[in-house]
Amino acid sequence: MSESELLPRKRCREVFEASLRAAQPAGVSDVEVTLWTSASALTRFAANRIHQSVAERHHAVSVRVVTEQRTARVTTNRLDERSLRKAVEEAIAIARAQGPDPDLPPLAEPAPIPALDRYHAATARTTPTERARGVAAAIAVAAAAGQSAAGAFSTEEHAEAIVNSRGVFAYYRGTLARFSVTVMAGDSSGWAKQSSIAVSDLDPQALTRRACVKAARGRNPRQLPPGRYAVILEPAAVLDLTGQLFGDFSATALEERRSFLTDRLGQKLFGANITIWDDVYHPLQSGPPFDGEGVPRRRLTLIEQGVPVQVARGRRAALREGTEPTGHGLPLPAEVGEAPVNIVFQGGHTSLEQMIASCRRGILVTRLWYIREVDPYEKIMTGLTRDGTFLIEEGEVACAVRDFRFNESIIGMLNRVAALSPAARASGEEVFDMVVPAMMVHDFRFTELAGR
Amino acid sequence: MRHNRDVRRIALQALDAAARRGVDYADVRMVESRARTVSVRNGRAALASSEESLGVGIRVLAGGCWGFAATDELSAAGIEAAAALAVQIAHAAQAAKNAEVVLADEDRYEAVWVSPCLEDPFATAVEENLAQLLAADAEMRRVRGVTLTEASMVFERRHQVFASTPGSIIEQTCTATGAGIAASSYQGDEIQKRSYPNSFGGQYQLRGYELVKELRLVEHAARVAEEAVALHSADPCPDGVFDLILDGSQLALQIHESIGHPSELDRALGAEANYAGLSFLSPGDLGRLRYASEIVNVVCDARLQHGPGLGTFAFDDEGVPAQRTDLIRNGVFCGFMTSRETAAAAGLGRSNGTMRAESWARIPLIRMTNVSLLAGEQTLEEVFAGDAIYMETNRSWSIDDRRLQFQFGCEIAWEIRDGRRVRMLKNPIYSGRTIEFWNSCIAIAGEEHWVLWGVPNCGKGQPEQVIGTGHGASPARFRGVRVGAAYADRAG
Repeated sequence: MSESELLPRKRCREVFEASLRAAQPAGVSDVEVTLWTSASALTRFAANRIHQSVAERHHAVSVRVVTEQRTARVTTNRLDERSLRKAVEEAIAIARAQGPDPDLPPLAEPAPIPALDRYHAATARTTPTERARGVAAAIAVAAAAGQSAAGAFSTEEHAEAIVNSRGVFAYYRGTLARFSVTVMAGDSSGWAKQSSIAVSDLDPQALTRRACVKAARGRNPRQLPPGRYAVILEPAAVLDLTGQLFGDFSATALEERRSFLTDRLGQKLFGANITIWDDVYHPLQSGPPFDGEGVPRRRLTLIEQGVPVQVARGRRAALREGTEPTGHGLPLPAEVGEAPVNIVFQGGHTSLEQMIASCRRGILVTRLWYIREVDPYEKIMTGLTRDGTFLIEEGEVACAVRDFRFNESIIGMLNRVAALSPAARASGEEVFDMVVPAMMVHDFRFTELAGR
Repeated sequence: MRHNRDVRRIALQALDAAARRGVDYADVRMVESRARTVSVRNGRAALASSEESLGVGIRVLAGGCWGFAATDELSAAGIEAAAALAVQIAHAAQAAKNAEVVLADEDRYEAVWVSPCLEDPFATAVEENLAQLLAADAEMRRVRGVTLTEASMVFERRHQVFASTPGSIIEQTCTATGAGIAASSYQGDEIQKRSYPNSFGGQYQLRGYELVKELRLVEHAARVAEEAVALHSADPCPDGVFDLILDGSQLALQIHESIGHPSELDRALGAEANYAGLSFLSPGDLGRLRYASEIVNVVCDARLQHGPGLGTFAFDDEGVPAQRTDLIRNGVFCGFMTSRETAAAAGLGRSNGTMRAESWARIPLIRMTNVSLLAGEQTLEEVFAGDAIYMETNRSWSIDDRRLQFQFGCEIAWEIRDGRRVRMLKNPIYSGRTIEFWNSCIAIAGEEHWVLWGVPNCGKGQPEQVIGTGHGASPARFRGVRVGAAYADRAG
């Protein structure tokens, strides 16, 4: 991977060397420096006009010291020698204010990190004018349909490096572009969103057309009673709901007995058609191939044919268990340890259209909203449907329906998956982007009506 | 913190860089922030970290459109580049413009304000912070059956210089402190948790270390842990319709979600349609909508007289002085939270000063300041009289995108019979519709039970901004509320 102009490798080494020098008078030689930088911009629109449009440029350096089985982190966005020295001295003082932690691992040792090219120059160079033109084109689609569009078009480049005194030098740069649109048509709305490392993959007009169709179809929603229904969840709905599971796939969460997998790892918990990996190397994934300590990420099988089999393990948890870390550790010191963040579902072979055609009576869900955990062990989640909820009858979309509140166990739901589409990169609003399929689920539990 | 003169000099330099580019209006916020987080888990230090950040955000109005650019490259070249980018962004927005941005009139101000802070939290030793937390943690771990203990403190200081082309220059320094403890217990097929004084890390206010001392975390630790374990053998909260009594901390979140957010005028005008959602309210509801029962009075008050909340300041991030606005008076909806732009757009006169930004890197948005339910006239005994279910401390929260239908879960509940707690109940959930719910409010406890709670994690905007808000409340009673829907019919 090449280096980012925002974060030259030489500069990373200079900052690390300056931090190491600053630690030496205090007798501290174990130093880890993490550097981040980003240049991002977002053009936001509502009521068919650009109403907010912003850009920001950030740097940060985070210094962690390890001394006498103690550690502490100090972060600053001032990279001059004086500020770095102050940060290092404060980190040492905070570390020494603590008692020794017998489970604290030493700094990570260097290990080969696979190369990942996730930098798209045109995305990094996108101008305000180009974003505004994309938005104007999207608004034109909505306006032509007599509808009102709101949304956001963002582009960014970012880079990060982790350098430590054991010889780790992990470096990554990437880009990301996102377009999200909500179209309103009187008493209804439709939504579409896409993200990619390449801005050229995004088609604001096509996404807006999709949202317009949903909004138009959504007019005069019928009121159905709450209850259990077959549902077809579009990928964004699957993403935002099932994405609430993965923080529990953590060795530290198991150790602290706050994970729903406590006493369940290795047991058949989900349907046999559920297989899920964490795989940063998947071509539709994004993000760096190393974790918060610079350890290369491994591909993990989280759920294999319904059985949760592996969890993420940072170096601290690995040291306690006498095993190897998986490369999913959060920057130390970390309260929650580790987390998988590159989720990939094994998809199926049923397209969304085939699911609809095969459904005698059910609800088609575009997206879900305000999802929160009701029960941490049964993984009952609540939330609401939004921006495109339809009744399917005899294999066709019959009409729009009023939005529902659901209270559903994700464990239960993933035992009732009747069909999966091929998995694709999806983007929602509640969790990070994932590679997920659409799903048809039996007996999904809607408990109340939303709205008025 | 850096020398105030440096911060002020850079702010004025940035303002000049924007003004020289021929804009109609510009404001800049130079912000220097500092934070310390200390936490312990299961008897060991889990997190000890410190963070500082310095940067400038430049907002311009050119050709009737907004532009904004922020940078932490504070050289002359870095500031010039940011100012040029802000103007370029404003010009680019002409591609999709259907109205001119007009700002409500506002005076210019020169002011310096520092939030009261009796004991500087940053002057306390990390050893002392850890000792307090470890002592509370040890008390919780003494209780058999507890499987996870957590205790934390957070200190934040923000020093900001705001300057605008009409000539305002306003310097504010705010210090906020938060602290709390929690115990979890895993047993059988459930995980139960209790927190003190609130979930989300406890209580947060615009105060110094004196808040930590007042909370007396150690004294509450054993009770918190015992309740977490006792919940396993408690009866499930029943499913049905009951009188509901909420403690002040849960009521604070209820106010936040079902009164605060819908009263943000930018939502009502459509600005958040794609992300945080809209509002069921419209300007036509002002003075007409019976939002709540007659005993309900809700204000949005950023003034220090209201208390040291996370929404307390002297001036908002558009340079508008802190104000008190009635949102609901005697049950009738009568005010939105506004900005200079939205106040003008809706013909509401002057902004009531609620624009805040998460950091130097983000634009100000309409945010709740301190949205509080004013104390009522009932005694606590009157609130608890008769039969009811009493719920305490939030566990889950969710509301639809127009803020009409909500569901909240709490950590613990008690069945109340003849005004007395007769049994503990686990997994309590209640749900309802905003207008029906607030119109069912039949009793609000008095001033002596009123607490200004801090909600530290309110999200809004794209890119998302997370900010703290304040909500004063005392325990209150609601008639005929749906309880238990989430756990009813759990087959499958």
